[in-house]
Amino acid sequence: MSKALLAIQGVKTEFRLGRARALQAVQGVDLSISAGEIVGLVGESGSGKSVLALSMLRLVQPPGQITDGHILFDGEDVMQMSARALSAWRGRDVGMIFQQPQSCLNPVKRIGWQVAEPLLRHEKIGRKAAWAAAIDLLRAVGIPAPEEKVLAYPHELSGGQAQRVMIAIALALKPRLLIADEPTTALDVTIQAQILELLSERCRTLGTSLLLVTHDLGVVARIADRVAVMYAGRIVEEGPVEAMLTAPSHPYTKGLIAAAPQLGQAQGGRLKDIPGAIPDLSRPYAGCAFAPRCELRQSLSLKACDNAQPAPTTVGSAHTVRCFGAAGSIQSEMRVTS
Amino acid sequence: MTIPPLLDVRNLKVRYPIKTGLFGKPVDSIAAVDDVSFTLERGETLGLVGESGCGKSTLGRTILALQQPAGGAVMFRNQDVFCLSPGERKHQRRFAQMIFQNPRSCFDPRRTLGASVRMALDIQEMLAPSERDAAVAEIFRKVGLRPEHRLRYPHELSGGQLQRVGIARALILKPDLIVCDEPVSALDVSVQAQILNLLNDLRQEFGLALIFVSHNLAVVEYIADRVAVMYYGRIVELAPTHQLFNNPRHPYTKALLSAVPSIDFTRRHEPMPKLGDPPNPARLPSGCRFRSRCPMAMPRCAEEDPAMTALAAGHDVACHAALTAS
Repeated sequence: MSKALLAIQGVKTEFRLGRARALQAVQGVDLSISAGEIVGLVGESGSGKSVLALSMLRLVQPPGQITDGHILFDGEDVMQMSARALSAWRGRDVGMIFQQPQSCLNPVKRIGWQVAEPLLRHEKIGRKAAWAAAIDLLRAVGIPAPEEKVLAYPHELSGGQAQRVMIAIALALKPRLLIADEPTTALDVTIQAQILELLSERCRTLGTSLLLVTHDLGVVARIADRVAVMYAGRIVEEGPVEAMLTAPSHPYTKGLIAAAPQLGQAQGGRLKDIPGAIPDLSRPYAGCAFAPRCELRQSLSLKACDNAQPAPTTVGSAHTVRCFGAAGSIQSEMRVTS
Repeated sequence: MTIPPLLDVRNLKVRYPIKTGLFGKPVDSIAAVDDVSFTLERGETLGLVGESGCGKSTLGRTILALQQPAGGAVMFRNQDVFCLSPGERKHQRRFAQMIFQNPRSCFDPRRTLGASVRMALDIQEMLAPSERDAAVAEIFRKVGLRPEHRLRYPHELSGGQLQRVGIARALILKPDLIVCDEPVSALDVSVQAQILNLLNDLRQEFGLALIFVSHNLAVVEYIADRVAVMYYGRIVELAPTHQLFNNPRHPYTKALLSAVPSIDFTRRHEPMPKLGDPPNPARLPSGCRFRSRCPMAMPRCAEEDPAMTALAAGHDVACHAALTAS
């Protein structure tokens, strides 16, 4: 694997709830993203995936704070950056897009200026040149008639077009990393397909790394190279997309894949649900957070799950899982098939 | 004599004003539901799919007379739901209930959930007052909650649990029909599977007819017996679920199906449909409204609005190209 562009180690982020209580949203996460790589970060609501994405850019707002860990971007320690350096870094090297594009655009400014703004701010470029560059950027993200659309206001755009404009803004300075937090969740499936294609095409063309935060494994299957699955503030499994989808190892990953109805699946049978609900992250617990919902723990009646955190175990090429039961079961499965 | 269907929707039209004149009279409007007809038998589940703004939720609401139509009729249990006296309407409501997308916004935050569910019985004056609490406990058990949950307030429950209460409230009146408007869209997939399994069990046990409105095609394929695909106020294809998903005939249905991202890794490199942007609903194209995004559009499509025509038994489609091809 090539050298990591972004590497985070042991990052913990918590939200203070009172004097003695805190919600542990991210509980010690290691993750690295290589140059030009598309990584999918998957989890259900409350798993901490969005907070992790914000933590990477040190964008967590009080009462939230990063309490531990290292964030290295191209060897540089993000945690040590001054406010000025941080702002320059965020503008130049990273871009971010969100779920609701309409709420991220300034409603009283023409979109041309909003696309040109990062250029005017971070590059020595005149207004005229920036305006012309904005038209090119809008053309590159597939906005029809960009010469006219630069004059439009955000309310004149459809949801899909607004997300295209957000992508144009985020990629205006050819950042080395783009973080997209649920970029297609608010869009219809036909538009989602187009935006996913655009994101992956633009990132591959510019050599930008992409962290795609989503709850939808189908979206990840479509464009990601690597997938990390988060549950209750921790990454429980991480690996190449093909291995993750065809040979998932963690019972939670397996559960997620089985629970979502798929097109063409036999109809009428029972869906494989995951009983129970996510744990309360403001209550500390000793064992694996998934243990109370875990079938594997029940069938193997593992004691360790309640008392200790499973360490990452390698189950395949660049494929790691944090589960006391999974490592053993993978071996027995391999024995059966070979 | 044949038995009339449970629900018979005939040429239903709903218009929303988008501009009003000097004296508040609408001068321009959008046809949210435009000449829609279908029937639903007892115990049957109809899936209603389409993109946002296609009118699927409006259609669901109008069937329950929560929205006034601009034309057409909805016959439910042999009565036109728009021609009822207030008393008759209240009686009718017992048999047709609704489940909403966001259960958090449809319960009174200051009332216990048990009281909210019991209220349905109180209003309909079903059962003796002394028996009602027991009935609530019973229905809570049926939807997978504990009787203690009756004493909880909405903020104490998770979204999935609250949606179970929403189902309990609809079910306690033993209705014939439940309109489910995106009932699992706000839920995480592991919880979504729990709720879909529950709905599937309950509709069999109670012989319920469901109208299941959703933008999620895989969910609709799982639960529905028949599926109607809507595009800007019109049903463009209506067929038994298996047939619609395995042999879609309308180019819009085909595009929708191929746009769903699959977790099947082998399908990763299948091309995505290039549909283009949706039209302005106030200025739909002449003739066929899908023409502006259709890969199969012909000159005829600009002139003539295609009518729903049967291609096979129970499989109707509104498309000139699909009809000439068969």
